[in-house]
Amino acid sequence: MRRRALHALPAVALVAMLLGAWELYVEYGSVERLVLPAPHEVGKALWDNAGLLASNLGPTAEEVVLGIVLALVSGFVLAVAIHLSPVLRRAVYPLAVGSQAVPIAVIAVLLIFWWGFGILPKLAVITLICFFPVLVTTVDGLASVDPEQLKLLRTLDASRWQAFRFAELPAALPAAISGARIALTVAVIGAYIAESQTATTGAYAGLGHEIDADLTALQTSRAYAAAVVLFVFAIACFYTLALAERRLAPWAYRSRGDIR
Amino acid sequence: MRPQTEDSGAPAVLVRRVSRTYAGRDGAPVQALDGISLHADTNELLAVVGPSGCGKTTLLELICGLQSCEMGSIECAPAALMPQRDLLLPWLGALDNAALALRIARVPRARAREQAAKLFAELGLAGFEQAHPHELSGGMRQRVAFVRTLLSGKKLLCLDEPFGALDAITRAEMHAWLVDALRIQARTVVLVTHDVEEAMVLADRVAVLSSRPGRVVEELEVGLERPRSRTDPEVVALRERALIALGRGSAR
Repeated sequence: MRRRALHALPAVALVAMLLGAWELYVEYGSVERLVLPAPHEVGKALWDNAGLLASNLGPTAEEVVLGIVLALVSGFVLAVAIHLSPVLRRAVYPLAVGSQAVPIAVIAVLLIFWWGFGILPKLAVITLICFFPVLVTTVDGLASVDPEQLKLLRTLDASRWQAFRFAELPAALPAAISGARIALTVAVIGAYIAESQTATTGAYAGLGHEIDADLTALQTSRAYAAAVVLFVFAIACFYTLALAERRLAPWAYRSRGDIR
Repeated sequence: MRPQTEDSGAPAVLVRRVSRTYAGRDGAPVQALDGISLHADTNELLAVVGPSGCGKTTLLELICGLQSCEMGSIECAPAALMPQRDLLLPWLGALDNAALALRIARVPRARAREQAAKLFAELGLAGFEQAHPHELSGGMRQRVAFVRTLLSGKKLLCLDEPFGALDAITRAEMHAWLVDALRIQARTVVLVTHDVEEAMVLADRVAVLSSRPGRVVEELEVGLERPRSRTDPEVVALRERALIALGRGSAR
C-alpha cells in the first residue's frame, strides 16, 4: 500500500503544481472568472453538485464503455478480415482512413435524425471514431508475427487457420487492447459531441449535455466540475484497460517492462 | 551403437544434383546451390558444414518442402525444421510449446501435454514444464525447441545451426544432451552448421560445402564412438581435413 502511494506521487505532485499555477493565474491574471473559474471554485462546484454529476456520469460511462467494446470488436474483426484478404485490404483500408476525416458533429446530427435521441446514435458516433485506432494497431499486431515463425508452423503442418490461431491471434490481442487505450481518450470526446448534439431536456442526459447546459446558463464552475469528472473517468478507464491487458496478455506486458 | 530400424537400407534422404537460384536484393539472380548431391541413411546424423551464405539454409528449406528445386530431385520422408532461433511462442509454457505439433495434429490438449511431459522427463527437462520462454536460458529454450521438433512425429529432422547463438560452454552441454536425446529417440538428422568442431563431435558423416554456389567439396566418415571429446586426436585430425577442404572450397 505504501509502495503504491509512492508510485502515484509524481502524478499527484504534478497535478498539485498545475492546480497551483491555475489558481495563481486566475488570482493575479486578467482573465474573467466567468470564463475561467479558479480551481477552488471548481472544487466547490464539484462538492455541491456531487449527486447531479454522479447521476450524469452514469449515461456517459455507459456510452463510453459500450462504445469501446463495440469499437474493439468491430476494429478487431475488420483487422482480421483485412489481414486475411489482400483484396479486402485494398477495398476497406482507404475507406476506414477516410471515415476518420469526416466531421463527426455532422454525422452525429444525421444519426440522431435517423435513430432518435436514445443511446444508439451516441454509440454509433463513439464506435465510429474509436474503431480506427483498434483497426490500425491490430493490423500491425497481426503482421508483426515473425515470417520465420509462420515458416516453422508450416513445417509442423499447420493450416492457415492454425497459424492464425496459434501465432497471429495471440500476437494481435495486446495490440488491439493498446488500440483501445488510444481510442479511449477520443471516446470521451465522442461522447461529449454526441451528447451535446442531442438537445434532450431532462437532468440526467450525460456529462456532455451537462457541460453544454451549464455553459449556456453561465454556470461555468459546474461545467468545469463536469469536465473534471470526465477527466478522472478517462484516467480510470485507461488504467482498467492496462490492467486487462496485463491479465489477458501477460507476455506483452513483460517484454515491454514497467512503462505504465 | 545406433539403433537399427527395419527400414534401413535405402537412404532416408537422397539429394540428387539439386540447383537453386533466387532473386537477390538488387533483383539479380543469385545461385545458392549448384548441382549438390547428398544422402543420409536412416537414423544417421549428417552434418553439412560450409561458410556463411553457401546455401545451407536453402538446402534445408528444400528438404522440408518450403521451397522447390529447379533442377535435380530430393527424395525424403516429411521433415521437421528446427531453426537457429528457437521461435518458441511467448504466450505458451515450455510444455505447450513442445506439444505444438501435437495440438496442430488436433490431439486433445491433455493428451498432448501428457506426451510432451513424458519426453520432458526422459530428456532431463522435468521441472520446467510450466516455465515460459522468457524464464528459460538460451540452452533450455533450444532444448524445448528440439523436443517440439521431435514431437512433430517426423522421422527426419532438419537442424539449422541450432546452437549457433549459444556461448561455448552451453554449446558443449547441448552437444552432450543432443547425443543423449538421439540415443533415446533415434531419428535421421540433417544438421547444418558452420562450426566444424560441432560437426565432428556430433555427426556420423560430414559433407563440406564450398562457398556460394554451394557444392559438396568433401565427404568425411566419422566412425567414432560417442560421446566424443573435442580434443580427441582423431576428432582433431578430421577437423583439420574439413578445414582444409573448406579453404579449398572458398579459394575457388
